Amino acid sequence: MTSHDLLRVDGLSVSYGSTPVVFDAGFSLARGESLALIGESGSGKSTIARSILRLLPERARAQGSVQFQGAEILSLPERRFRPLRGRQIGFVPQDPANALNPVRRIGAQAHEAAALVEPRDARARRLLILDTFEKVGLSAPQRVYDSYPHQLSGGMLQRVLIGLALIPAPALIVADEPTSALDVTIQKRILDLLTQLQIERGIGLLLITHDLAIAGERTERIVVLKDGRVQDAGATGEVFAAPGSDYTVRLQADAPALNPERYSALRADRLPVVGAPPRIEVSGLTKTFSADGEAVKALDDVSFTVPAGTTHALVGESGSGKTTALRTLLGLEHPDAGTLLVDGESVVGRSADAVRGIRRHLQLVYQNPFTSLDPSWRVGAIVHEPLERYRVGARRERATRVAETLAAVGLTPAHARRRPAELSGGQRQRVAIARALVLEPDVIVLDEPTSALDVSVQADIVEVLLRLQAERGLTYLFVSHDLALVRQVADSVSVLQNGRVVESGPVESVFSDPQHEYTTSLLSAIPRPGPRIPTELARTA
Amino acid sequence: MTGAALTIRRPVVAGRAFAVVVPPTVVVSLIALAVVLAWASVPTLFTSYDPAVGVPADKFLPPSLDHLFGTDQLGRDQFARVVFGTQSSVLSALVAVGIGVIVGGAIGLVAGFFAGWTDVALARVVDVLLAIPSFLLAVVIVSSLGFQTINAAIATGVSAVAVFARVMRAEVIKTRRAVFVEASALQGGSRGHILFRHVLPNASRSVLTLAVLQFGLSILVIAGLAFLGYGDPPPASDWGLLISSGKDYPRAPWLVLFPALVTVATVLSINRISRWLRKTS
Repeated sequence: MTSHDLLRVDGLSVSYGSTPVVFDAGFSLARGESLALIGESGSGKSTIARSILRLLPERARAQGSVQFQGAEILSLPERRFRPLRGRQIGFVPQDPANALNPVRRIGAQAHEAAALVEPRDARARRLLILDTFEKVGLSAPQRVYDSYPHQLSGGMLQRVLIGLALIPAPALIVADEPTSALDVTIQKRILDLLTQLQIERGIGLLLITHDLAIAGERTERIVVLKDGRVQDAGATGEVFAAPGSDYTVRLQADAPALNPERYSALRADRLPVVGAPPRIEVSGLTKTFSADGEAVKALDDVSFTVPAGTTHALVGESGSGKTTALRTLLGLEHPDAGTLLVDGESVVGRSADAVRGIRRHLQLVYQNPFTSLDPSWRVGAIVHEPLERYRVGARRERATRVAETLAAVGLTPAHARRRPAELSGGQRQRVAIARALVLEPDVIVLDEPTSALDVSVQADIVEVLLRLQAERGLTYLFVSHDLALVRQVADSVSVLQNGRVVESGPVESVFSDPQHEYTTSLLSAIPRPGPRIPTELARTA
Repeated sequence: MTGAALTIRRPVVAGRAFAVVVPPTVVVSLIALAVVLAWASVPTLFTSYDPAVGVPADKFLPPSLDHLFGTDQLGRDQFARVVFGTQSSVLSALVAVGIGVIVGGAIGLVAGFFAGWTDVALARVVDVLLAIPSFLLAVVIVSSLGFQTINAAIATGVSAVAVFARVMRAEVIKTRRAVFVEASALQGGSRGHILFRHVLPNASRSVLTLAVLQFGLSILVIAGLAFLGYGDPPPASDWGLLISSGKDYPRAPWLVLFPALVTVATVLSINRISRWLRKTS
């Protein structure tokens, strides 16, 4: 067995300065096999990938053994490792937008990768590059070759990067969260491409991801990491059927794609919602932006209604208009046409003061808790701010209310004295929810409230939101691109594409019987663990 | 100094210890600055000589244990003159920085926050200030206000206004677009509230590191003005004035050397601290 191993990691420990981050990690990957390293932020998965590529920062110390094609590479001098990096071990980075040099054409950067192949003339290299671009599914290779990175979409850039990794025909590809910056349907296509390359070319694929569902769908073996220690390892099917650690069980339970019914009990706790009066009514909403002299319709005749006490989801990919819709609802953008009613009162065409009055009952939780909280304020002051601005209650009353609200989102009084930088991502988002909640609004608009967070943290936040909805009869407008999560939390859904509502209705019916092909493609992008995809692709290949 | 790095431990928060390592050169700089500040606040602790009264018999004595920096043409102790000159040198630099931070900061804050015409108008004022060489501007201002150290300080401050306005404006524009600023507006915050409670605290950080740097620069500029005779006349003992009068006596090089060394050491220490602050903040 060992002689067939493409990559073998044994007893790998890495520390940054005096802080150990990986303890005694070990796994192996055969030629043409795929392996997923799963873990949340800080679990050490990227550190392991960097040790394999020998790209650790200087202050890091790695011990143990990493063997590539039977040869030890961890202790190799840099001079002798360089022929391997790029040529034998390819790397696909996480964020395609930052991985390419913005001031050079794609073609010029591809020639750098092509220079790793044996010396050939520029014309042959150019043909090789164009050929590779075509193989990774870029339909106009010459146009891509002549473009600058900003002229291409995220999905195309990720294909370019996969192409760059493939040009020297490596035996192993390390992909570090290759799809986390991309839309769901593009994510599916990129993963399909990686799987196809793995099967067709017999390339070993080391996929680093935080998403258990993707790992289950795409890889043959998985290694689950937590705090730098291996929790579980083995064939994917076996680990899924019989998880060897509590952590894996928890990860499985927290992954939205694997548990559509996870919150049904919590949701059943809510007041009966049948026949509730509409709290938000949006009809005929149209908004046009002008970009480069061209008019772009961000919203085109968008209508939806949200009954009181329910959750309505706006679903779509980037550019679908979902963010514009909620910004218009909050009065941050002015619509060209259409009506927006909150509790029967129009948001459009009112004075600044009147909008301020409506906003008191209409609060927003931002997507990214790392930017939505003022870093120079303490948590207590952040939650206190809305009360002070709206002059709610006396001083003492406000303090009690801040404490109560913090308790309601699961934070202790000790947290109130900290600054955002001293909190984790999940705690920060709880603070943001508390800030929205403290005015006791009727409606909370949630703009992808969990997309910047780890899965298990996401599960905690969703639980807090649903419990608050049950306790306080809140109405949620939930904006998301994650259909698996929408299926778990929403009652009704509107699917947006290019500013139009292509389909809407109760979640159950839209998800079980989609009418529009765009909805179908979004739904098929939800990862489904099992051996389905590789065999399907093998058949078509 | 042992040369070992000094480690300050902050209280353990969120289960994690933040350790700030202070490099040895910064420790040396901090000590140098502390000595200078002590000279400025309680000069009598450091020397028993009167800086204005000399013993004519002791003129031009080279440095010795009795007279650390030697004596000048009137037999006055040069060390005492440096120590007593510190207060005026440091104070005038503080005044200069204060004017730069307050006036420049206010211009930058208003220009960055209100944008539009306000920004365009203020940017032109700043451009004009930047177009005039700062030392020349200071000379012109002192000439019209009168030859005093305090006027030299004001002149130095005015010539630094443009730099502070630039930095403040850039920081304010960056902060104004932050998500938490929009969040505060949604939370019912007025423009004034957002400006003073959210934008100002976040934007002022890099202005403060610049202020430390400018403090060192101001000492140099004011010393330069004093050297040219644009400060208080003798018997004042500003560092620049000491160097200026010392240069007339080439046979007593210590008269130039020691005040110059003190000035250079102070400015270098301040620069080192400023660079360290910028890196850690």
